[in-house]
Amino acid sequence: MSALLAVDGISKSFRGLKAASAVSFELDAGAILGLIGPNGAGKTTVFNMIAGVFPPDEGRVRMDGRDITGKRPDQICRAGIGRTFQIVKPFGGLTVRENVIVGALASCKTVADAEREADRVLDLLGLADKARQPAHALTLPDRKCLEVARALATRPKLLLLDEVMAGLRPTETDRMVAIFRQLNRESGLTILLIEHVMRAVMALAQRIVVLNTGEVIATGTPEEIAADQKVRDCYLGEEAA
Amino acid sequence: MAMGRATRMLIGLMVALLLAPFIGNDYLVSVLILCLFNAYLAQAWNIMMGFAGQLSLGHALYVGLGAYAGGALFFHYGTPPWIGMIVGAAIAALVGGVIGFLGFRFGVKGVYFALLTIAFAEFTRILFDHFTWVGGSSGLYLPVVRADHDNLLLLRGRPAMFYYVILGLSAAVFLICHRILGSRLGYYWRAIREDQDAAQALGIDTFKAKMAAVMLSAALTAVGGVFYAFYTNTLYAESAFAMHRSIELILGAIIGGMGTLFGPILGAFLLTLLGELLTRLAENFGHGFEGVKQIGYGLILLVIIALRREGVWPRLAKRLGLDGEKAS
Ligand SMILES: Nc1ncnc2c1ncn2[C@@H]1O[C@H](COP(=O)(O)OP(=O)(O)O)[C@@H](O)[C@H]1O
Ligand SMILES: [Mg+2]
Repeated sequence: MSALLAVDGISKSFRGLKAASAVSFELDAGAILGLIGPNGAGKTTVFNMIAGVFPPDEGRVRMDGRDITGKRPDQICRAGIGRTFQIVKPFGGLTVRENVIVGALASCKTVADAEREADRVLDLLGLADKARQPAHALTLPDRKCLEVARALATRPKLLLLDEVMAGLRPTETDRMVAIFRQLNRESGLTILLIEHVMRAVMALAQRIVVLNTGEVIATGTPEEIAADQKVRDCYLGEEAA
Repeated sequence: MAMGRATRMLIGLMVALLLAPFIGNDYLVSVLILCLFNAYLAQAWNIMMGFAGQLSLGHALYVGLGAYAGGALFFHYGTPPWIGMIVGAAIAALVGGVIGFLGFRFGVKGVYFALLTIAFAEFTRILFDHFTWVGGSSGLYLPVVRADHDNLLLLRGRPAMFYYVILGLSAAVFLICHRILGSRLGYYWRAIREDQDAAQALGIDTFKAKMAAVMLSAALTAVGGVFYAFYTNTLYAESAFAMHRSIELILGAIIGGMGTLFGPILGAFLLTLLGELLTRLAENFGHGFEGVKQIGYGLILLVIIALRREGVWPRLAKRLGLDGEKAS
C-alpha cells in the first residue's frame, strides 16, 4: 500500500533563509491531513513546492507513485492535485460562474460540460445565487469559497487548502467543514489543509503535521498533538493566549 | 432576450454598412474604409491584449510583414493577394511566435514584454528600409490597373470593392473573436489575463495559450496588412511599420473598451472619424495645425483614462440593454 501523496525531505531556502527544511509526510488516499504551525513556519512554502510554484532545493514529491517534483503547476493540476491560494486570486473581471468554469474545463471535455459542472459546484458551495456577479464584487468569505469552488471543479484527487477558513464566521466555518466532510466521505476526496482555525482542523483532520521554523516538530492524531508539550509551547499556547 | 437584441442590432448595423456605398459618396466610402481597416486591426490586437492580457506595442510589425509579403509576391510574381494573405499570416505568426517564445520562456513580463515588441518592430522597419528586393527606402509600388474595372481576385479596382473586402474581413475577424471568446481557449485567455498564477494552478498551460494568442493576433493583423498594401498601392517601410500605427491601433481598442467584442470596433470608428475631422480642420487652417490630430488623440485618451477606464462600450452596452452580451 503506497500513499497518494508522499513528501520526502523537501527543503527550500529564500536568500539563505531556510523556509522549509527536510519536510516529510505521507497522505493516504481518502485521508485528511492538517498542516499547522505559527505564521512564517513554512506551510505555504511546502504547499507551493507540492503544487509546482517552485521546485524544492532538495527532496522529492510523489503523487500516486509518480515523481512530480519540479513539474509545472498546470501539470500538477492535471496529475490530480487542486489547490487554493492563501491570498485569494479570483479572476476579478470574470463572473463567479466563469471563474468556476475555468476550473471545470480541466476536468471536462467540452465547454457545455464545464458549465454544468460549474453549476453543480456552485450549488454545492452555496454560491449559486452569486453566479452572475463579477468575482471582484465578492466579500472575502465568498472569495475564499470561490477559491475552493474553482479548485474542486478541476475534480482533484487531492485538494490542498491554504487557510480557507481564515476570516470566516463560525457558522460559515462549520458549513465549510461539513462540505469537506461530505466530499471526503462520499467521493473519497483526499485533503491536505493548512489551517489556523483550530476547531476546523480538530474537526476534520485524522492526522496533523506541525511545522515550526521550516521543520516538522510533531506528527500525530489531533489528540496527540493537543497533548504535545513542544507544540503547546510554540503554537497552541500562543493561540490560547 | 438580451442576446437576441444584440444580434438584431448587429444585423441592422451590417445592413447599414452594406448599403453605405449606395447612399454615400466616394469620400464617405474612403472614410469608412479607413474606419473598418482600423477596426479590423484593433480587433486583431485586442485578441492579444484584451483577451489574453499580453501587451504588444509593436503591432505595426505584423501590418508591415503582411503588407510586404502580399505586395512583394504580387509585384514579383503576380501572386493573388488572397494567397499573399496566407503567406503573410504565416510569416507574421512565425515572427509573433519567436517574440512570444522569447518573452514567455524567459519570463519577460508586462512593460518589458511590450518593449520587446517595439524593439522587433523597429528593427524590422530598419531592415526593410534596406531590403532592396522589396524596394528598400525608395518604396514598393504595386502596378495599378484601370480603375473602372474591379478584379476581386487580384484586388485591383474601385474604392467600393475595397470597401466590401474590408467589411468582409472585419465581419470575419469579429465572428472569429466571438467564437473563440466562448470556447475553451477564450476562457483560458481571460483567466490568464486576470491572474496567471491562478490560471496555471487550474491546469492551464499558460505558455501554449499565450503563444496561441500572439500567433493568431499576428496572423490576423498581417491579413489586414495585405489589404493595406493593395489599397494604398505604395509601401514604405517608414510608414508600413510606423510606430504611430502601433499606437493608433491600440488607441481604438482602449477607447472603445479592451477585452470586449464591440469596443475595438466602436473605438476605431470614433478615433478615425475624429482624426478625419481634425485633419480636415488642419487643412483648412493651413500651417501650424499639422500636429492637431495627434493632440486630439492624446486628449481623447486622457479623457477616457480619467473618466472611463473600461472604455466607452461597456457603459453604452448597458444603456442599450445589452449587458447580456459578452462584454467581459
Ligand atoms: N516567494 C517567497 N520569496 C521569499 N521569501 C518567501 C517566499 N515565500 C515565503 N517566504 C518566506 O518563507 C518563510 C515561510 O513563509 P510561509 O511558507 O508563507 O509561512 P506560513 O505559510 O507558514 O505562514 C517566511 O519567512 C516568508 O517570508
Ligand atoms: Mg501561509
